[in-house]
Amino acid sequence: MFRYKTKNDEVITLKTFLKPALYSLPFMIGVIVFTIYPFFNAFLISFKEDYRVMTDKFSGFGLANYVHILSDPTFISSIWNTITYVLIVVTVSLVLSLLIAVMLNSVPKFQALFQTAFFMPMVTSSAAIGLVWRWLFNYDYGLINWVFSLFGADAINWLNHPDYSMICLCIYGIWSMLPFTIILLLSGLQNIDPQYYTAAKVDGAKTVDIFTNITVPLLAPTIGLVAIVNMISAFKVFDGLYILFGGKPGPAYNLYTVIFYLYDQFYKELELGIAAACAIVLFLIICAFTVLQNQVQKKYDYY
Amino acid sequence: MKRQEQIKRILLYTILGVGAFIMIFPFFWMIITSLKTGAEANSVPPTFIPKKLIFENYVYAFKVAPFAKYFMNSVIVTISCVILTMFNTILAAFAFSKMKFPGRDWIFAGLITMMMVPFEMLIITNYTTIVKWGLYDTIIALIIPFVSSIFYTYILRNFFLSVPDSLYYSAKVDGASDWQFLWQVLVPIAKPSLVTIALLNAIACWNSFLWSILVINSQGKRTLPFGLFAFTNETGIRYEVLMAGATIVVIPMILLFLFCRKSIVTGVSRGGLKG
Repeated sequence: MFRYKTKNDEVITLKTFLKPALYSLPFMIGVIVFTIYPFFNAFLISFKEDYRVMTDKFSGFGLANYVHILSDPTFISSIWNTITYVLIVVTVSLVLSLLIAVMLNSVPKFQALFQTAFFMPMVTSSAAIGLVWRWLFNYDYGLINWVFSLFGADAINWLNHPDYSMICLCIYGIWSMLPFTIILLLSGLQNIDPQYYTAAKVDGAKTVDIFTNITVPLLAPTIGLVAIVNMISAFKVFDGLYILFGGKPGPAYNLYTVIFYLYDQFYKELELGIAAACAIVLFLIICAFTVLQNQVQKKYDYY
Repeated sequence: MKRQEQIKRILLYTILGVGAFIMIFPFFWMIITSLKTGAEANSVPPTFIPKKLIFENYVYAFKVAPFAKYFMNSVIVTISCVILTMFNTILAAFAFSKMKFPGRDWIFAGLITMMMVPFEMLIITNYTTIVKWGLYDTIIALIIPFVSSIFYTYILRNFFLSVPDSLYYSAKVDGASDWQFLWQVLVPIAKPSLVTIALLNAIACWNSFLWSILVINSQGKRTLPFGLFAFTNETGIRYEVLMAGATIVVIPMILLFLFCRKSIVTGVSRGGLKG
């Protein structure tokens, strides 16, 4: 049996590995079967042309699936839709969250009450709450159109007119992204040294100046981090879209997103190779964001 | 000056109040609509407090669709998922923190890089695996892919690492085995972290949607979110009934949130929800 001594004279035998291996066995099996293997297999499948699961047969091995998606106008439009959605939702929710977090941080009373209200959407099923938004957006009896009518505006056919579908999805997306964003910004705010504020007060600084000259710069690392985490999660938009339009990507199939395209190719068309190629593209985009995230974190580490 | 402060404060509370109102309004509207008759739900102008509170929509929902069954399925899936995940996570976090073996930190660093792989990228192969194992359209298919979470293990491992090793060695000197030390010393200390992980996991399980529409086919095996979606196609669009269904799906998580808000918020601020 092999024996080996470390620098600290600890003896290493097979037994050294046996116990940790046993303890982590259930976890490792799960990770290997449902994370590591599927991860590498996704690359493999993406190169198989006309891949069929049941027979495990494919007609060729190459880049055909990638060529297919990159020349498919639906896929290209799904990328643009996703990018538009990400930019709108991430920016708006970040600005709103920043204002709300700063205000929440400065109120002495009713913290618990406000937190409960602002954070509630975080724990609720998008399938259920998407349905509620569908009801709010309803053309004939929806509350949003009723509010519009109070101001004398015409009713808008929110969910059935392609021009408005992106707006609906974004409103829903912003609403559901706010809680997470506010929580992270709030914990960032609470880490700012109160001395800065005391000093600013002594100097007689105005609220707006304190916000732009102290809060925002000191909060920059948190803001950067949240923005990137939100971008990644917004890139994967699916549940809300699926529910809002009753299982379709928009009223006129006009609102494909990357995941919706993947779902369609995989589940409806049974084109596993194409779906996998789409998954790889998604992964590369997320990789880019993660690299960016690490850069941001490194850059601001000195705070 | 004092007066200015007061105006500022009132303005602050007003803005926050309006914001908070908008955030919870969908929930309020969901519950209110579910307690109205069909005629009142579709009336213009809408009523904000039902003329008469009725519970027929709930009765109807339970009668037309097997919501009781969906509810049971969701409970079974969530509880099994949480228990198995906790078991796997505790054991693995212990092995990767307190036990010493060459290459430990390298292996774990490798696992951490897998955290950024989106679940959506894995569904193709996982679906195939489930079908090949004969688990398609079973409750088990909703559970096993999720019980080995690198993310939760990472969080718990960090906590275990922060517990001084001297505790481990003194327990050993006292004759405690690894197993005893883990369950009688380490787990009780880690209780707050464990509660947070369990809560985040339960929320994610309860709300899981995409995976369940992929691997579940028969009505009797649906969980609540999928059941609710299918319900919209089955009953036609009657919003007062649909809102009753939505309320059934959402209420357990709202209760959980109201009672455990602090743990959940701490967990989220430390690294976020899955997704």
